[in-house]
Amino acid sequence: MLGAGGLATITLAPAAMAAAFEDAIAAFTGGAAAGEGGIEISAPEIAENGNVVPVEVSAPGAEEIVVFAPGNPAPAVCNVKFGPLAGSQRLSTRIRLAKTQDVTALARMGDGSFVQVARTVKVTVGGCGG
Amino acid sequence: MADAKPRVKVPSSAAAGEAFTIKTLISHDMESGQRKDGDGNPIPRKIINRFTCDFNGTSVIDMTLEGAISANPYIEFDAMIDADGEFTFNWYDDDGSVYSATSAISLA
Repeated sequence: MLGAGGLATITLAPAAMAAAFEDAIAAFTGGAAAGEGGIEISAPEIAENGNVVPVEVSAPGAEEIVVFAPGNPAPAVCNVKFGPLAGSQRLSTRIRLAKTQDVTALARMGDGSFVQVARTVKVTVGGCGG
Repeated sequence: MADAKPRVKVPSSAAAGEAFTIKTLISHDMESGQRKDGDGNPIPRKIINRFTCDFNGTSVIDMTLEGAISANPYIEFDAMIDADGEFTFNWYDDDGSVYSATSAISLA
């Protein structure tokens, strides 16, 4: 079973995966360029179990945050819209990572601009298809 | 998985306009749709695809979840209140089920 899952991941050409990731970003930003700063990801440097990787994203003043795992078979992780009663623009959850990759988060700020940040997480045992 | 058990941790009181943390956890397999069974057939996706938290009908967060969220989704975020009332939490399953929890809170 392990082998079958691994094979499915490998047969997806890296170029196709990168394209899916870029399309997903473009779908969120509408093609606008994303700046830097004002958004943070905290995640472990090394995740021994890719099935449960604690991740926290924070972007003060953001209206919406999306998180991507570009190395996963499906890059989308989650999309969070903050309502009027959100105490801060912060979310903490646990995600699956198939392999070592740059977990990426984008935020749409209150003024309509976009910011982006990425953080490398080394994965010892992959969490997709295992 | 009709027996998904939501758990929420909300303080019993909070000061007006001051942020506090809410923690939620729900038991769910979050079958990602990427795995295959013993015969090599893909196991269909069955995850919680949306989570919302409202306070007295006003949104706190509205989150879309994908297959990359771990089993038993844990979600931690901050909220603030300006009146006594009740938080409503909803988890939406791929199979159409909605799991709900509520938690009352008062102004300190």
